[in-house]
Amino acid sequence: MRLTEARPGTRVLAFGGHQPARVVTNDELAVTVDTTDEWIRSRVGIASRRIAGPDESLADMAAAAGGKALAASGLSAADIDLVIVATCTAETAIPNVAATVATRHGIAAPGAYDLNAACAGFCYALATASDAVRAGTSRYVLVIGAEKLSQWVDWTDRSTCIIFADGAGAAVVGPVTDPQAGPGIGPVVWGSDGAMADKIAIKDRNSFLTQEGQAVFRWATTALHPVAKKACELAGVDPTELTAFVPHQANLRIIEAIARKLGAPQALVADDIVHAGNTSSASIPLALSRMIERGEIGSGAAVLLLGFGAGISYAAQVITVP
Amino acid sequence: MTMNEAEILTGLGEIIDEVAGVPADQVTPDKSFVDDLDIDSLSMVEIAVAAQDKFGVEIPDDQLKNLKTVQDVIDYVRKTGVSA
Repeated sequence: MRLTEARPGTRVLAFGGHQPARVVTNDELAVTVDTTDEWIRSRVGIASRRIAGPDESLADMAAAAGGKALAASGLSAADIDLVIVATCTAETAIPNVAATVATRHGIAAPGAYDLNAACAGFCYALATASDAVRAGTSRYVLVIGAEKLSQWVDWTDRSTCIIFADGAGAAVVGPVTDPQAGPGIGPVVWGSDGAMADKIAIKDRNSFLTQEGQAVFRWATTALHPVAKKACELAGVDPTELTAFVPHQANLRIIEAIARKLGAPQALVADDIVHAGNTSSASIPLALSRMIERGEIGSGAAVLLLGFGAGISYAAQVITVP
Repeated sequence: MTMNEAEILTGLGEIIDEVAGVPADQVTPDKSFVDDLDIDSLSMVEIAVAAQDKFGVEIPDDQLKNLKTVQDVIDYVRKTGVSA
């Protein structure tokens, strides 16, 4: 028996993001549930979010984001041999979303699977994509985080409907081809704790998303900064060397609390939640693609990613901006 | 070692200043977190976590909801600290 030839390092070639057109403001929500713009901004940090219409499916959003990343990477569909879609809101149990998205882009016969690690999903997918490339089982991977959370939210529950939103973000992962360049995707630090499974859940197909906000807030603000620091340590990048910190856009208060404890005062902290809401596995690549588009983080910059959420599950890694 | 009331109040003032930006001299025993200091439930969680680090006393969520005033927290820390 023989093994495929391993590659020393991997990198992200490009990012892409897609959001539905419809903007839902806090004032709009205040018409139907007992809340205010001021309350939502102070507790969660969201000013508006994007919600997909009935005609825009999860696969539509995933394909749109994937298409942008693929175009920006300079590769063609024929170069992609694995497609991973991180999602916890797939509309069908089978078929998966990944194969559908691949076919829409003319990617012929790739490995294709969905991955569910909820809001940590993108970081999990990025890690598994990177490992597949390193092990030599794939060469170029299209990684997508996509969610249509609006379908699973009780729009009369003011504690959850103000938070969650729809969108997709994507990355193309491949081998490091420049022999002078170091790796562009650092080692992942990941984990989970099923003992806290009930803290964020969609219990069955007929249920809405429920969340114990205070318990999740306590966990996120106390357990995650060591995970983030460990990812920096394994990558050999000191937190003070980070150009940016892009955590899952769960809640601005959680983001700020983790950032304070990270010890990276110079790092730009992603705050995409303000206008995107919490889009679970889509939030990190969405935030990243926008920061790159706006020129806030340049090529070669070290950025720390941290996904966390239901499961509970979490994952962090340092990457270099393409 | 058990801290006395004044020590706990001083420590609590530092925590609340850091977490919620309320000057420590405004943190007096009679103050209500919500009504007087404008501290919401998420900040209360941050205060509980910081209090655990500072005083070595865990304040779980189901206890935290009963602590309405600065004096309530002082009493909780003293009571739990003594029995621990």
